[in-house]
Amino acid sequence: MGKLKYALFTGCTAKQSTPEQMMSTMAVAKKLDIELIELTEASCCGASHLQDYDDFLSLVLNARNIAYAEKHELTMVTICNTCQLNTAMTKHRLDNNAELKAKVNEKLAEVGLEYKGTSLVTHFLYAIIDDFGLDKIKEMVVKPLNRFNIAPFYGCHNIRPSELQNESHKKKENPYNPTSLDDLIIACGGVNVDYEEKNKCCGFHVELQAPHTAAVLSGTAIAGATDQNADMMVTPCPLCHLKLDTQTKHSSEAIGREVSLPVLHMQQMIGLALGCTSEELGLKHHVTEVGFA
Amino acid sequence: MSTSTITTQKVNFKVFRFNADEDYLPYYEDYSMDVTSEEVVLDILNRIKWDHDGSFSYRRSCRHGICGACAIKVNGRSTLACKESMSTMIEYFGNELTIEPLSTKRAVKDMIIDKADFWDKHESVNPYLVADIDEAPTCENLVSLHEAEELNEADLCIQCGACHYACPVTEVNEDFFGPAAFAAAYRFESDIRDSDTDRLKAVNEEKQGVWDCVKCYECAEVCPKEINPIEKITKLHQMSFTSGIAKSNVATRHAVGFKNSIEKHGVLDEGQLVLYSEGPGIVKHIPVALKMFKKGKIIMPWNMPKSDNLDEIQKLVKSSSTAKF
Ligand code: SF4
Ligand code: SF4
Ligand code: SF4
Ligand code: SF4
Ligand code: FES
Repeated sequence: MGKLKYALFTGCTAKQSTPEQMMSTMAVAKKLDIELIELTEASCCGASHLQDYDDFLSLVLNARNIAYAEKHELTMVTICNTCQLNTAMTKHRLDNNAELKAKVNEKLAEVGLEYKGTSLVTHFLYAIIDDFGLDKIKEMVVKPLNRFNIAPFYGCHNIRPSELQNESHKKKENPYNPTSLDDLIIACGGVNVDYEEKNKCCGFHVELQAPHTAAVLSGTAIAGATDQNADMMVTPCPLCHLKLDTQTKHSSEAIGREVSLPVLHMQQMIGLALGCTSEELGLKHHVTEVGFA
Repeated sequence: MSTSTITTQKVNFKVFRFNADEDYLPYYEDYSMDVTSEEVVLDILNRIKWDHDGSFSYRRSCRHGICGACAIKVNGRSTLACKESMSTMIEYFGNELTIEPLSTKRAVKDMIIDKADFWDKHESVNPYLVADIDEAPTCENLVSLHEAEELNEADLCIQCGACHYACPVTEVNEDFFGPAAFAAAYRFESDIRDSDTDRLKAVNEEKQGVWDCVKCYECAEVCPKEINPIEKITKLHQMSFTSGIAKSNVATRHAVGFKNSIEKHGVLDEGQLVLYSEGPGIVKHIPVALKMFKKGKIIMPWNMPKSDNLDEIQKLVKSSSTAKF
């Protein structure tokens, strides 16, 4: 296998409220000898909210982001579930509708760009599983996480709608019984925790407009993991991370029970197992303390 | 000679049982059966009734995915019993399957639930065509193919309730209309002949309306008719802006805020988005914001990152915008 190389779409969160996610992504890529070319020209994907306001504009902007990955002739890797959803959805719609693609390209031509449809879009989690391989990760583990029960929190926008998501996966993910994150936990030497809410929604997207709903969903998820003896949770999505890590007070109030668990980004979990330091992984940037590392 | 071979395997079922007239609490009955790859979930319900317990109750009528009566849950997943093959269920969940009604707390007898909340919400969106009909027309009222396509197949919904009882928000917020009612609202809003003026306003109300959808895509995943309710919800959001009925509130400003931010920085300015969305309501976020600040999770305005080639993004925002607020 030659050296793996991807175009990295960081999304906005990794550059602002989850700096630890950016740090750990780079640290892990270095350990795995994966080259990530950051798409510094990329705009925000709209997070499904711009899509509620102006669908066409969101398509043009996301097509522009992908066009930059195409320029590098690389697969685009995302590190946020919602970025993945919106980017992959744009790709799917343009690749299956020549008229729409032409309309979008008419706009992109104004800035000298073209969307061709030549780059794949996949989340880092699946790039690692499909291209790098969990067996190789297993071999590289120097600090197995075998002391820990780890609860995977998949986040909706990596597993649903499954038909769209599975377009970019070599190994299909079952949205009702997903296994990718569980497999990653096991590869890192941890004990994967099974619980009801692992493939449910954290409520992040309505945190402002429907705070009670959002808090009940995140609270129930943390409680579900706690009741199955989880020591921590792990997620591939920085938005899920924000919800589960920073909002425990609201979550606890909403479900009438004190809940709080350390939440790792999947990159941090891999990093810990591969021997990265807690500084490299930005563990001090968590609101809910990560006490064990 | 058949080319596909029928396989058989043993499956253990845990089946929800409850009779509201007699039982104080529900219980689960175990059944073990040899299931063939040809069977659908409804066949299993029939076999429980015919071979094991004649009192076992469930709804079904058409057996062809048309009437919408037979939706139940298998291992927590809403499913249309007459359409869902057992092989898929075994592939998804293995050989230990739990069979429950769509909503256990609404159970009346075994699989039969009281769907009143579903129908009440359906009713609230005026699920019918509101049109001034010329009672003595001189020719047909033609709808072009293109106009008919605007419905995006929302008219194929069979009101089975699978999505409604899979939606996490209908569980938490009892006012929330739910995905099926929104799909129905969209079906008539997108109909060129319709002239109702209340429907879109109703689905835009806070608490009950489209803005409380968490975008989890559960409804899209479960729908046996591939209605994709969340897609219709997104379109209803867009319609509220294009029709001008969108009021300025935290939800609408949250959507518009993304455009403002992208135009300014290319990337999202998280802090500014919350400020713009909430207005004075921002104060309630201060405690969490302080905690985040201490952990280096909040960027000061002067350090706000910007996309490279921002001029391109700004040009595209100007030339490609299609909505106004
Ligand atoms: S989903 Fe969030 S992180 Fe991803 S680009 Fe959009 S706003 Fe940024
Ligand atoms: S789980 Fe929450 S943040 Fe994650 S993808 Fe779903 S709604 Fe978004
Ligand atoms: S996407 Fe919205 S309507 Fe559909 S199930 Fe999720 S919350 Fe409910
Ligand atoms: S949208 Fe689909 S799942 Fe929901 S009620 Fe209609 S047919 Fe059933
Ligand atoms: S029996 Fe009519 S839809 Fe299943």
